[in-house]
Amino acid sequence: MKNKITDNEVKLEFLSKSNNEAFARISVAAFVSQLDPTIEEISDIKTAVSEAVTNAIVHGYEDKMGIVTVICKIHENEVYIEISDSGKGIENVEMAKQPLFTTRPNLERSGMGFTIMESFMDELNVQSILGLGTKVTMKKKIKQTEEVEDMPVTLEEALRG
Amino acid sequence: MITNFYEKDKLLVFKINEEIDECSVKNIRRKADYEIERFMPREVVFDFDSVTFMDSAGIGMVIRKVQAGTNASEVKQKLQI
Repeated sequence: MKNKITDNEVKLEFLSKSNNEAFARISVAAFVSQLDPTIEEISDIKTAVSEAVTNAIVHGYEDKMGIVTVICKIHENEVYIEISDSGKGIENVEMAKQPLFTTRPNLERSGMGFTIMESFMDELNVQSILGLGTKVTMKKKIKQTEEVEDMPVTLEEALRG
Repeated sequence: MITNFYEKDKLLVFKINEEIDECSVKNIRRKADYEIERFMPREVVFDFDSVTFMDSAGIGMVIRKVQAGTNASEVKQKLQI
């Protein structure tokens, strides 16, 4: 039986507190799980979301409180994730995307945020206006696995291999 | 995080058993720095076996800790990943 997937959408809004990072990535992972992704695909999405939300909290809002918005949409077998903040914005997006680039090297950061998002997701788009905020959109296709017909059904069959 | 110090080998082992992100990395770093100061180990091991999630904040911590270990080579501190 093939999975019949209809379009779906969820929107999260939360304060820019760093303990909400775990909430954001776990919520997105739970929402995406209806597409029956592999563990690897889920890990990729969780890490990418964590990076984007961390950016919004640490760089977008710095020490101020603000609202981070996460919109997650499912269309057929594609996941669309939009993470936006109304923080200070990014001066030079191309430079920020460079691996190892960080504006705060003293704080034990790796500067790998955008690189991780880019490599773990299929598509990454960053829009930013100084003083107004940043919007990161990402897309990833979840590979649909055909259900295996000859899966062992009973415990005996499974044990026999 | 569980800390174990083996006096005989001057080996300090941090067993990290939580998700590592920007939020939790602060505590891990603070505790690790404190324990390293306290025991002055020759070798430090970070055990990531029970870590279920890690993002770039974790990578940053590991890179900085390795750099700190390299700089401290004259007191024979070594970081093993």
